[in-house]
Order: sequence, then C-alpha cells, then structure tokens
Amino acid sequence: MAHGARDGLSDTGSGRRAVEAVWRIESARIVGALARYTGDFSLAEDLAQEALAEALVAWPREGVPREPAAWLLTVGRRRAIDAFRRRAARDERYAALARELGEGGASSGAGTADLAGNLGRALDRDLLWDPDQIADDRLALIFVACHPVLSKDARVALTLRVVGGLSSEEIARAFLISVPTVQARITRAKKTLAAARVPFEVPPPEDRAERLGSVLNVLYVIFSEGSTASGGAEWMRVDLAHEAVRLARVLARLVPEEPEAQGLVALLELTAARFPARTAPDGEPVLLEHQDRRRWDRSAIRRGRAALARATSAGRGLGPYGLQAAIAECHDTAPSVAETDWERIVLLYEALGRVAPSPVVELNRAVAVSMAAGPAAALPLVDELVVSDQLRGSYLLPSVRGELLSRLGRRDEARAELELAARLCGNARERGVLEAKAAAL
Amino acid sequence: MPKYMLIMRGTDEGLAAYEKLDFSEVMAAMSRYNESMIDAGVLTAGEGLADAAESVVVDLSSDTPVVTDGPYGETKELFNGFWILDVASKEEAVEWAKRAPLVGPGNKLEVRRVQGAEDFPDGEWAQKEAEWRTELGTD
Repeated sequence: MAHGARDGLSDTGSGRRAVEAVWRIESARIVGALARYTGDFSLAEDLAQEALAEALVAWPREGVPREPAAWLLTVGRRRAIDAFRRRAARDERYAALARELGEGGASSGAGTADLAGNLGRALDRDLLWDPDQIADDRLALIFVACHPVLSKDARVALTLRVVGGLSSEEIARAFLISVPTVQARITRAKKTLAAARVPFEVPPPEDRAERLGSVLNVLYVIFSEGSTASGGAEWMRVDLAHEAVRLARVLARLVPEEPEAQGLVALLELTAARFPARTAPDGEPVLLEHQDRRRWDRSAIRRGRAALARATSAGRGLGPYGLQAAIAECHDTAPSVAETDWERIVLLYEALGRVAPSPVVELNRAVAVSMAAGPAAALPLVDELVVSDQLRGSYLLPSVRGELLSRLGRRDEARAELELAARLCGNARERGVLEAKAAAL
Repeated sequence: MPKYMLIMRGTDEGLAAYEKLDFSEVMAAMSRYNESMIDAGVLTAGEGLADAAESVVVDLSSDTPVVTDGPYGETKELFNGFWILDVASKEEAVEWAKRAPLVGPGNKLEVRRVQGAEDFPDGEWAQKEAEWRTELGTD
C-alpha cells in the first residue's frame, strides 16, 4: 500500500509540475477575472486557490484539459456560487445571486443589481477572452497586490502569489521563511484590503503616480532580494530575480507610456545580464572589477538598452530607475573597469541624488568619483557621510571607506574599516570577501 | 532561468494545409500568439524561415561536398522557424507550445532546452564560446 502510494506520487510529481506551469501562465487572468465578476479581490483569490487545488487533484489523473484557463474559471465560478449560497443563510441578496448564477442567467432585481450585474457578465464568454479586458484585469490585480495599505512584506508575497503565480511553498523557499508565515501574510493582506474597502480597479489618474511608484518598488524589492540575498549562505537567488524581471516586463507592456516602468525593466535586465559572471565555480561572489565580461548575457543587455531607449524617448527626463539603468548601461557596455566612462557615471549619480536623494546614492557617487578622479577626491565625500551618521549600522560605508584608505596606502585604518564592515555584513558570502580583503592588507 | 526553443517542425502536408488558409488570418493568429508570450514576459527571440523550396542542401557525407536544390530529400519533416522562451520549467515551455496556432495534421512543435554557460565545463572552450558570443552580440 505504502509502496503503491509512493509510485503514485512520482506520477503526481510530473502532473503537479504541469499544473504549476499552467498556473504561472494563467493565475493573473483567473484571479483578475474572478475579482471582476465578484467585485471582491479576497474572495477571488480564495476561489482561484480552490480551483487550483481541484486541478492538482484532477489533472494528474485525467490530463491537462484542452482549455485549462476556461476549466479553472468554470471551477472558480462554481465555487463562487457555493460561497454565495453559504452566505445566503445570512443575507437574502446572496441567495438571489446564487439562484441566478445557478440558472445561468443574470439578475436585475432590486438590491442585487450591482453584484448580479458583475456576475452576469461572468457568463459572457466574449468578455472573458477580450484581450483589453484581460490586460485591464491584470493591471488592476498588480495595483491591488501592491496597494500602499499593505505592509511591504505583504505586497511582495501577494504580488508573487497572484501576479507571478508562485505557490506559498515557492515564496517561502525564495525568502527563507516558513510556509505558514507566507500563508499568514497573504491572509492578513486580504483582510487588510477588505477592511480598507480597496476597489478592484486601475487607480484613477490622481492616484496613479503614487500607486505606480509602489508597484515599481515591490518589483525592485523582489529583484534585490534575489540578486543579493540579505540573509543566509547563498549569494544570489537567481530564480527570484528572474521572476522580478519577468513581472517588470509584464508591467511595462501594460503601461508602455510610463517611462519609469521601462526604466525598471532596463535596470533589471542590465543588472541581471551580469549574473553569469557574478559567481565563481566554487560559489564565491566575483566583484565587478574581476568579472569575466565575456560571460555577460548579451541578449539581456540588448533588451535592457532597448527599454532604456524607450524610457528616454518619452522625453520627460529619466526617473530614479531610468537613471540607475543608465549607470548600469555604462558598466555593461564598457570593455573593462579602467575603460568605463566614470565621468558620465558621476554625472548620472549627481542627477540621481537630485531626484532621489539618499545616503546610499551619495556613497555610490563617492565610489564613482574615486574611479574618475582618484581616492583622495572621494574620501571627503565618504567622511561627510560618516559625520552625518545616516548609514549607521550598514556595512557598505566602512567597506567603501576601507577600500579608499587601502588605495591611499593607509593600511591600518583600512584594515580596521574592512573588519568593521565584515562584522556588519549579513550575507555570509559577502562577509567572506570583506574578511579576505582585510586579511590581505 | 532556463531557455527553451520551440521548433516548428511541419511536414509537407501541414504546410500545404496552411497554404490553403487565408494569409492574413494565419498572420493574425500568429501575432496574437506572439503578443501573448510578450505580455507574459517570456518571449526573447523568434524567427520564421522562408519556403524550403528556396533552400539548398550541402551534403558533407563524402570527401567532396555535394550541393543540391531544395529541402532534405527523403525526409518529409521541415524546420520552419523557432521561438526562444525564458521560462521557469520545461513544463511551462510545453504549455506555451500547446497554445501555438499550428493545428492540423502534420504540424508539430519540438521543445528543446537551449544550452547555457552551465553546460560547458570551465576551460578553453568555455572561454572561446564566451568570446564568440561577445563578438556576435548573442547571449
């Protein structure tokens, strides 16, 4: 019996992967359509998960249906009727709704008009496959998942789940947290959205800039988490970073007129292009100056530069993501560190400091100045940051300061700074690099 | 992320069936398919090949290369074009392949993983490979 079950499991393994593949492609459309029909994002997400659970049982046994999205939507709709019937005990409106849906017709009865109207449209197959409607739903979904009423962690989890189609298990693995933690975050997020009565819609023009900023930030956070894991022993979690690139491409297609969405795609493509050279065969990180640039992903660089050109051609000037992308482009197109256009990078950091002032930008500007004009020119900029104390507790400041002091021949001070940086650094791999530098002095 | 190539492998029969269809409808279906993969952020490259009747075959099986007109002679399966996808798994590539607007007898898609740097042991040939890619601007 136990043996038989194990055999069954291996079959289910490939069946499960097939379901997950469909889900990655269709989840945004399923959740989006169900949210539009029910007018209730949280309910839609529950219904979508129920449909997914049903697929995980049925498909490995019966094969993937010919129209998987239609199958999932039909199950989701049936579950919606069940949910309305359960609520009907408390509220006659839902009873009417469930009746109408069960009969396959739309209601226009008083009191139920809005909800039934929404659900009636659910029955309209043409609307279901209208590409403009699908795009609107997907965009509304992204905006809701990244809504500012949610905590940052909740936005990240919800975006990966409903837009990216990742399971709680995959999200937990990517962020080195437990599955119940992910599930709790998502449950809490849905409650928060319901309590705040966040509508399922693309935000009105007056809110658009702020809301888009939140979406871009969430994708950037996901990418950063993947490209420099903040904790644990791994240097990068490349799959997570690539998922962020994919989601940024999806977003840029939905809002082609937004230069910062193009800027974000450009930044992520141009940064991810260097991943193949960032890790040595033994898993150690390889810093930019030592990377074998021949390993950089040329087609990612081409895609990134094309996105940056689109951001530039909007003619509204580059925003923070576009400027960072322009800096990344300088690196990606240079044959070596020595032949990099550091003067241009200094100018771009100055521009970035104007549109998005931050001590980290100042620190990077100091590094660029040191490359363009030597360590002596850069050290006062770094010392100013030490005095201002804005980067307290960050390993970056002592690591840069140590590097500059080392280049100036001030070895004892340099060693002390690099040792301090190593103590502050949370990533085991990066810490190793800093310790090695300190020891070499 | 792994890359997969979807390879169009139609037979003469499949091709002939397509020639009977309305060209603009075929192109519209194909463009919807391409757009859906771009919208999903997975399509990174693709090309369609011209009629195999225009091709020549260079046969290297003897000491002197033999050049003949037309497609592969005895084999009836043709390589008609490809897409390259950036996807999380082979299953996801297969799922996209199922959606291609190429239905009917004689139409097939082959799903092949594209080799990456990880397939080449570090050494002289990996270096050479990387140099060529830089030179050609491919990845």
